[in-house]
Amino acid sequence: MTQPSTASKAVLQTLPGDEIRQILWRYQDRFDYQMLVQSSRSVARGPVARLVAQGARNSHEWTEAKHSLLKVYDESGITGAFLDPAYGGLFEGPKNLIMSLVAFELAWVDGGAATASLAGNLGLAPIHECGTPEQVARYMKMASPAKPGENRKTMRAAFALTEPLPYVGVETGLLCGKARVAEWKDGQEPLLEIDKRGRFITNMDYATVVTAAVDTDDKRIKSSCMVILEEGDPGLFDRGTATKKLVHQLSSTRDPNFQLKVPASRIVGGYTVKEGVIVPNYTHSEVIEAVFKRTRVTVGLMTAAKLLSAVEPIIRYQRQRFRGGTAATPGTPRYDLGIQTKEDALHRLVDVWAMGEAGASLGFATTRLYDELDPLEREKNRILDERGVQGARARMKEMAKVERQAMEYLIMTRMPQGRRNPSMFEALKNDPLVQFSVFEPVANVLCPATKLWNTGQGANSLREAVSLMGGYGITEDCPGFLGHKWMDAQLEATYEGPEAVQRRQLSITMAQPLFLEQFKHWIMDLKTLAADHPETGACGLGTAMQMWLWTLSHLQESVDATGHKLFSSNRQGVTFPMADALCWLLASRQQILDVLELEQKGASNPSLAETLPGTLAFLTDLCQVQAARAAGEVSRICAELVFGYNRHPRWDSEGCQSCFNEADLEGLETYVPGIGSVAYGYSDVLDMDDNHPLKRGPCANISGMEPFLSLRAKLDGCLTGCRLAKDRAAESLTRVMIPEALDYPQ
Amino acid sequence: MAFFHIVVCGGLVPDPLQTLEPVSGPAGWSLKNESLLPSILDPWAANALYEADALAKANPGSKVWLASAAPKVKLQQVLMALAQKAPFELLPVDAPAGGFTDAVECALALAGAVQSIEGLDRSRLLLFGGWESASRGAGATLSVLGEKLGLTEQFQGVDKLTVDGDGSLEILERVEGGKHQVSVLSSPPAVLGWATGGRAEPPNNPQIGMANMRALMPSLQKARAAKLPGDGLTLKSVSLPRQKRNTQVVKDMPVEQIAVEIVEWIKKKP
Ligand SMILES: Cc1cc2nc3c(=O)[nH]c(=O)nc-3n(C[C@H](O)[C@H](O)[C@H](O)COP(=O)(O)OP(=O)(O)OC[C@H]3O[C@@H](n4cnc5c(N)ncnc54)[C@H](O)[C@@H]3O)c2cc1C
Repeated sequence: MTQPSTASKAVLQTLPGDEIRQILWRYQDRFDYQMLVQSSRSVARGPVARLVAQGARNSHEWTEAKHSLLKVYDESGITGAFLDPAYGGLFEGPKNLIMSLVAFELAWVDGGAATASLAGNLGLAPIHECGTPEQVARYMKMASPAKPGENRKTMRAAFALTEPLPYVGVETGLLCGKARVAEWKDGQEPLLEIDKRGRFITNMDYATVVTAAVDTDDKRIKSSCMVILEEGDPGLFDRGTATKKLVHQLSSTRDPNFQLKVPASRIVGGYTVKEGVIVPNYTHSEVIEAVFKRTRVTVGLMTAAKLLSAVEPIIRYQRQRFRGGTAATPGTPRYDLGIQTKEDALHRLVDVWAMGEAGASLGFATTRLYDELDPLEREKNRILDERGVQGARARMKEMAKVERQAMEYLIMTRMPQGRRNPSMFEALKNDPLVQFSVFEPVANVLCPATKLWNTGQGANSLREAVSLMGGYGITEDCPGFLGHKWMDAQLEATYEGPEAVQRRQLSITMAQPLFLEQFKHWIMDLKTLAADHPETGACGLGTAMQMWLWTLSHLQESVDATGHKLFSSNRQGVTFPMADALCWLLASRQQILDVLELEQKGASNPSLAETLPGTLAFLTDLCQVQAARAAGEVSRICAELVFGYNRHPRWDSEGCQSCFNEADLEGLETYVPGIGSVAYGYSDVLDMDDNHPLKRGPCANISGMEPFLSLRAKLDGCLTGCRLAKDRAAESLTRVMIPEALDYPQ
Repeated sequence: MAFFHIVVCGGLVPDPLQTLEPVSGPAGWSLKNESLLPSILDPWAANALYEADALAKANPGSKVWLASAAPKVKLQQVLMALAQKAPFELLPVDAPAGGFTDAVECALALAGAVQSIEGLDRSRLLLFGGWESASRGAGATLSVLGEKLGLTEQFQGVDKLTVDGDGSLEILERVEGGKHQVSVLSSPPAVLGWATGGRAEPPNNPQIGMANMRALMPSLQKARAAKLPGDGLTLKSVSLPRQKRNTQVVKDMPVEQIAVEIVEWIKKKP
């Protein structure tokens, strides 16, 4: 049984409610968001949960019952959340945070429901991000749910990138989908012939518009592009066979086949004609990059929602485990606490909860960053247009200049005020191009980090969650549908770019100087805040970040035993684990920052007066638990990479160069008294007959690695107290008040 | 068709999924951890609100107010969902909510709120609410409030209201012995304490919610405080209704068999 904590600290009284979440994830002033959250919640816990409970997930076919959810999404504002008010939407401005909040609520109950609602947005996203004004106007209007009195169906969209083997998957460049010119009459719009087969395309049971990635198969088309296909275009619009998926069965997935003739005006983002060749304004890669960097974060948040949703059903299961029989009578610990009398069950639940908090913090921070970045990006594009900087290459060149200024700005932010040039600082601070260049490198890291870590590690943690429910966990009846959620997480780790894609992207973006500069600032900030908030684990986390940074630069400069560079794009064994390690750090850091926000803002909310101290203490303990876990992962990964590519010495002449020999030591003893005993501690000693100790070889030389080893030793010391935090958190789990029953299905 | 000015009175009660435990302290009786429990609009009053909304929609020019005596912060939480159900104006009274306040004091505080409505047409006033609350269950607040406002036409346990062609109101009201009584009232004002009514809970509509919130938040900020000290009221004992759960999860059982089981169960009751 968990030992009671020493200090009489405030204890967690209730599970964190909306007021706490609104502060942690920064939407306490957005009543409009809060409303859509409520609305999405009642859809999730009502109609969606009822369908799951009725077993609708037991078929991969798209049924009437599943289809009926689309109308519910329309009526509750979920469909409209993506659209601008001009097209019947609810919110002005960027919508990354609100879309994520909606997906979070739906995924709390069912990931497939979240996917079905999001996939429509994904289908529209190429048009939203890159479409011509005419395309935007046409399709967004069609996608908005009909208003009362309007007699039309809501248009549903699908996004078709993935193709049958051996084509598009992780590698998005290997397109078999093709565009050719079918007819091009003088002075008229060319007519294109599109040939596209899709695999695993979401929404395909009912989508009437598909944005499809195709390559050029015609000299008269310059490059790949995305095209908009409509049901009703001349040719074949075959929805194909249903995917026999084991997950997300409340979304529809099929392998469609399209052979259609469409006007060239359907090229997403439009085209120009140069010397008789159609030049799409965007290649398919440019479009998908613009799309995915927004939508992937939402997917990461879906998995975090599931982890947090697991907490309440697990606590209830643990507490009630022995009630009802003769063995446990009311008032006994066995009756009241059930499995919660066992420390391991509590500790593992603490881990699950901490992972969920960290994932949610990371994901929501990323969506907020995109909400800031979107208007800056638009402004950047406007300024570059104004300056006449056209074309990808010219823009990159121009932005490279701005990046230098951004670096200057970042360095200045850390200078004492007196030392920096105030007018220059202000100018850089107010320059949208500079600010874009400051934020973008961070977003380029946080987005793949959220997708990669939240889903991949989230799936692992969901397995833990399922196991805490015993056999119940892997039945359809498991409260909170945890078994489904576990499997679903694997799809979230796969679609919209599997983990390999995210790692690949991270291995490039995490090494960008503008990101690394800010990463260094974060380390300093964590150390500073640890002075006032020692229990958050911020100090140790800062040390782990220093270790990661040291390792990165070491790997960038080092070669392996065969002389090959360590940190290079084809060396995924080096770059990918470093990407993994970074994610642990980023998630843990953001978790701490969110708890600080709660501390600062929570006091001004009178409804939290009673619960705040206990909630803060508990969430702080979770931060420390998570920071320790992150530090452990980073330490393990870095040590493996730092040492793992050197060849271990053998008992040969080269390997034994630094070994002592007993006979030599005896001789030396007269000159250096005591050397015999010291030598054993420093090196390997061969006996009189040159026999070596029975082990792999002489211990590896670690000279030059002292900074790393000292960081490692320091980091181990930083773990001091982390298990006490875990004990406290575990104790809270035995006391926290939970409702009598789960609030879904309603 | 004539318009109505409908004032719906409704308090807040703890979410029914929470475990409730009455405790007695220096300040009198309360529920354990009451302030931590999430709240909802009293379900009886919620029925009244949905009826009011339907009536207002069917009679253009009508207006709905929601008068609620409850802690301001709780009210704000509840509004996030409630404001999406129907358009209304808020008459908040920042006061304790729950089963241990005095119905008369609560009615007086609400009377003040109703009297403060500018432009209220008393001749078209319908005072709606629940026929009892899910917390106190006294069934007295609305009657007292009506009397205080001089509204003597009162109906309790209302299940249906029909506005006839001549503008008269036909009211279906629950009476003793599982029977209903139909009354016809030539015109408002009147008090209607609703039972279940006949409307399903409307789904959330964020568009209605956002339109509502523009006015709701400022009026919430300006809520008048009322103490409801419970002078002269002593609660001798408090206990929860006894509950026993014998839940069975059964799938695919024919309706006939369910009926047979229920009948057997009833027969077994002493
Ligand atoms: C239910 C469901 C819905 C989907 N919805 C859509 C949709 O709406 N639209 C759409 O276009 N697609 C959709 N997809 C497809 C999904 O995005 C792809 O399955 C995913 O991108 C992976 O492609 P793949 O299956 O071909 O995997 P592969 O490309 O075969 O990759 C398999 C594995 O090989 C390894 N690997 C491959 N390449 C690399 C590399 N370069 N470096 C390192 N490792 C590598 C990785 O471990 C990877 O996970 C959906 C899939 C499912 C299951």
